[in-house]
Amino acid sequence: MSRALYLRHDRLGLGFLLVLCALGVLVPVLNLALPVSSAWHVPTYAMSLMGKYVCYALLAVALDLVWGFCGILSLGHGAFFAIGGYAMGMYLMRQIGTRGVYGNPQLPDFMVFLNWKELPLTWFGFSSFGYAMLMVILVPGLLAFVFGWFAFRSRVTGVYLSIITQAMTYAMMLAFFRNDMGFGGNNGLTDFKDILGFNIQSQGTRACLFIASIIALAGCYLLARFMVHSAYGKVLIAIRDAESRSRFLGYRVEHFKLLAFTVSASMAGLAGALYVPQIGIINPSEFAPGNSIEAVIWVAVGGRGTLVGAALGAVLVNFSKTWLTGAMPEVWLFALGALFIVVTLFLPKGLVGTASHYLKQRRDRHNVLPAGHPIGEAR
Amino acid sequence: MNMAHSSELTSSLLYLDGVSVSFDGFRALNNLSLTIGAGEMRAIIGPNGAGKTTMMDVMTGKTKPDTGDVLYEGRIDLTKLDEAAIAELGIGRKFQKPTVFESQSVEDNIVLSLRGARGPFSSLWGWRNRVPQHDIEKILETVGLADHRKRMAADLSHGQKQWLEIGMLLAQDPKVLLVDEPVAGMTDHETEQTALLLRDIAKDHAVIVVEHDMSFVRALACRVICLHEGSVLAEGHIDAVSKDDRVIEVYLGR
Amino acid sequence: MTSRILLPIVAMLALLASAIGMGASAAPTDEAFAKLASDQFAQIEQGIVELSAIGTPEAATVLEALSETKLFYAPDKSLVIKKSESQLVSPSGMVLSAAPAGLKQVRINNRVRRALESALGSLTLISPDPAKRKAAAEAVFKARDPLALPLITQALSRESDAGVKEAMVRARAAIVLASSDAADLERINAIDVLAEKGDQDVLALFSTVKTTAPASVKQAIDTAINTIERRLALLSSVQNALYGLSLGSVLLLAAIGLAITFGVMGIINMAHGEMVMIGAYTTFMVQEVVRARYPALFDWSLLIALPLAFLTAGAVGLVLERSIIRFLYGRPLETLLATWGVSLMLQQAVRSIFGPTNREVGAPAFMSGSVDLFGLTITSGRLWIIVFSLVVFVVLSLVLRATSFGLKMRAVTQNRRMAASMGIRTPWIDSLTFALGSGIAGIAGVALSQIDNVSPNLGQGYIIDSFMVVVFGGVGNLWGTLVAALTLGVANKFLEPLAGAVLGKIVVLVFIILFIQKRPRGLFALKGRAVEA
Repeated sequence: MSRALYLRHDRLGLGFLLVLCALGVLVPVLNLALPVSSAWHVPTYAMSLMGKYVCYALLAVALDLVWGFCGILSLGHGAFFAIGGYAMGMYLMRQIGTRGVYGNPQLPDFMVFLNWKELPLTWFGFSSFGYAMLMVILVPGLLAFVFGWFAFRSRVTGVYLSIITQAMTYAMMLAFFRNDMGFGGNNGLTDFKDILGFNIQSQGTRACLFIASIIALAGCYLLARFMVHSAYGKVLIAIRDAESRSRFLGYRVEHFKLLAFTVSASMAGLAGALYVPQIGIINPSEFAPGNSIEAVIWVAVGGRGTLVGAALGAVLVNFSKTWLTGAMPEVWLFALGALFIVVTLFLPKGLVGTASHYLKQRRDRHNVLPAGHPIGEAR
Repeated sequence: MNMAHSSELTSSLLYLDGVSVSFDGFRALNNLSLTIGAGEMRAIIGPNGAGKTTMMDVMTGKTKPDTGDVLYEGRIDLTKLDEAAIAELGIGRKFQKPTVFESQSVEDNIVLSLRGARGPFSSLWGWRNRVPQHDIEKILETVGLADHRKRMAADLSHGQKQWLEIGMLLAQDPKVLLVDEPVAGMTDHETEQTALLLRDIAKDHAVIVVEHDMSFVRALACRVICLHEGSVLAEGHIDAVSKDDRVIEVYLGR
Repeated sequence: MTSRILLPIVAMLALLASAIGMGASAAPTDEAFAKLASDQFAQIEQGIVELSAIGTPEAATVLEALSETKLFYAPDKSLVIKKSESQLVSPSGMVLSAAPAGLKQVRINNRVRRALESALGSLTLISPDPAKRKAAAEAVFKARDPLALPLITQALSRESDAGVKEAMVRARAAIVLASSDAADLERINAIDVLAEKGDQDVLALFSTVKTTAPASVKQAIDTAINTIERRLALLSSVQNALYGLSLGSVLLLAAIGLAITFGVMGIINMAHGEMVMIGAYTTFMVQEVVRARYPALFDWSLLIALPLAFLTAGAVGLVLERSIIRFLYGRPLETLLATWGVSLMLQQAVRSIFGPTNREVGAPAFMSGSVDLFGLTITSGRLWIIVFSLVVFVVLSLVLRATSFGLKMRAVTQNRRMAASMGIRTPWIDSLTFALGSGIAGIAGVALSQIDNVSPNLGQGYIIDSFMVVVFGGVGNLWGTLVAALTLGVANKFLEPLAGAVLGKIVVLVFIILFIQKRPRGLFALKGRAVEA
């Protein structure tokens, strides 16, 4: 009955996946196969920059899943992103081995510096890539599950939820700044050497990381898309628009929210894990509340409740950020601030939402809507 | 009003005894007792603030009573359950202000309401993703919205939303239907049809209707309860109740 | 009349006589001096003890020189004091023209130093300066040298200054307690004396003495230790409470404007912190002008800044409400995002105008220094902020309760349509209320400029805490905000010694997160249907 379920009727989603495929093939090829002198050559730094945007896009898709479809405005998704990043960072630190400044085979440099004698329990197992990847998904998911279990069960909603998610990431930032947490304190984790035995700086590794990011984005998009286009997604939207009505229909609102929140947090963790090796550092400032709110505006710019729009918004805003902070650093915060205001006042559906709304109006009302149309407004 | 005998206790579907609720000193329900058996219909009338909506809130778990028993099928204590659990037991509710899922299509509203497994995982890949067209059509035809199935619920008229919500209630297929002011904003013709529909439903469901429209209540042809200040003022046939001096005093006016 | 003048004179004469009397016997002094001129620590110590018993000015000079490592001795065992590189004097004060050959410094080890301190202590016990006498008594207390007992007893009998006397009584008691020769009863009495004003030093003394004391004394010590520890615990609680109140009042100041805009109006203003920042920068500007033009008014600069900060932040708030927020009523999440944007822009604007670095805001004279409260020192700036925050709270409550604006404001927030139909221009009440909340934030900025860095990031540090306070206290409730701010402040300070400052803050945050989930409407929740909206 719901034709939107099938990807072939969803031109926007299909287009998005095709673009991702094209990028995933073209960019590494243009980087690796062409000589530096060629006009078509993509420099490695540019590829890593694009990889960063792709990670942000993944974070935006994760955020859109809970905000756009379930009305949970999380101001703490940066925390899940950072935790995923730390999990990856811990693996990369363990890979350094004796190549650190102190040459300690067991302990990362900062622990030697702090006079620690043995690896803390939290670091156990992080020398294994598989275990680290598992933690990348599990730890943010678990944190989200516990946090959500408390919050949703006691029906904390709306701005209250936003505020406590913000407090959560703030508290985590304070915690990770402490040296005795065992995650490198202020400086965080950096000076990575290699990943799975490949030099993390090499062009080939960079290309692989880029491709991995693209695949992760595409995969998570498909997962999120599957979720929101199933009956589960209908319930999510029902909860977003009329939470108490959904309860009277017999839906356990907290279970639905919890699932979306947990999956979304895991996606954010994956995004962070792919982000760290491409950037080369993870530190507590990734937990800063400002980062999480910035991610919200990416979604808002692209159009909440559209998934594709969220990814697009992330890339657009971050591209502008890179360009503006380079060209006119003074202007960037003004521009970002203005973006927040303009989007909420004049473009509440976001770019993709507004565009498809316009297209929809032109089409016959009774036609089947393309998937990825904005589904009303969150309240 | 405590006339619940043990036989009634077991045969009645919904049983309220001595229920009181107060908000900040205001007694919304005051020692309210009533019962309703399977396949019975009751119309509840009463002035604003008589406790009609609060009574429904108590029955559906939205409000917990301060004192009193609320039993379902004579054994399940509803005061211990939340909204979702009560809905799953088979108590459906239509709100005073029509509450449909505005940003979803009419048919999706019905799909969401259909009786069946309601867990997050079953909704991800379960039967609710493959509801036969026929089932939806049948319900939409009953409430006269078959031609509107693809429209957004937000685009419906007020009366159509009322119908849609009744349709959702039908899709839920509950044992008890709590219907709060179903004909507000409807034309006379629609009101008549609604009365017929509810009478039809009441053949195999317990139905409680709250309504101000006396001609509609009359059309329902069922026992009438008049609430006042949180307890039952009068109960009986519409003619008897509407002639009751106290009912005239507090509600109908002379 | 005469006797009053005479008495001290007689006493002084007597003192002089006794001093001369001791000094007259020159031999023991020389003998002691000779002991100092040695490289044997034991001998030096012996010499010090003897000199302290002799107590002549000469002895005092020599001991002081020794403590300043200026005492030397010639091979002929005569002592030389090196006042400076070029000036050498003998113990009697005679200036030596040339340095004797083979001068050696009198060496000190820890044992000697201890003996020296106690000797100096006993010697200055008769100094004419009360402050010195008190210091000496404290030195005796620390050294607990049994030899100082007669001296301190003597000094005590002559002492007239109450403070010094108390110190001497303590010192004497300490010696008695520490000496194993004294009778048990005497020692127990000493314990009572010491316990009366017991502090960490007394506790330390008690625990050393305890190890060697006989059973009855030990028991008395144990009781006394308990008493003192209880009192000290109480004192530290009072101190924590006071510091907590101080922190709480800062939180209150930061949050009270938010209690209006968020609590009463339900507007999520993420730019609230920037209103505080604007207030702080207004203070900075006012001080700049005052410093440049009217330096005499500097002490009044904060008072001048108060209304200006209120007006500036209020005006910014008014513009913000009229231009952005009023289009977003009923959409709290959008308001949150838009005002966050405003906060970014305000920060960058201030950074562009004033630069990214901290700006110096001075403290007027009456706010600098510190106050001694029951043995606790608290800076007067902090004390003023406690007072100031309470004043702001009271004034704001009065405005809400007793003015016609407050009445209209409450009417609008409780029932907008009814208020409108009664002729209240609700949009303007909204604007003014928001401006009021912003203005209060500006006033908070004036106060916070005294304890925090005035930088473009000033507001960011307060926004989360402020929201926590308002949410914890219960929305729409000024009292709740007050209680929440003070509770959180005090809780923070009590957690700090247990967990450290950062961890304490984290614990508080986690507590609030859990608390909100238990009671989503805060400590003092409003009930009823209005809340549902």
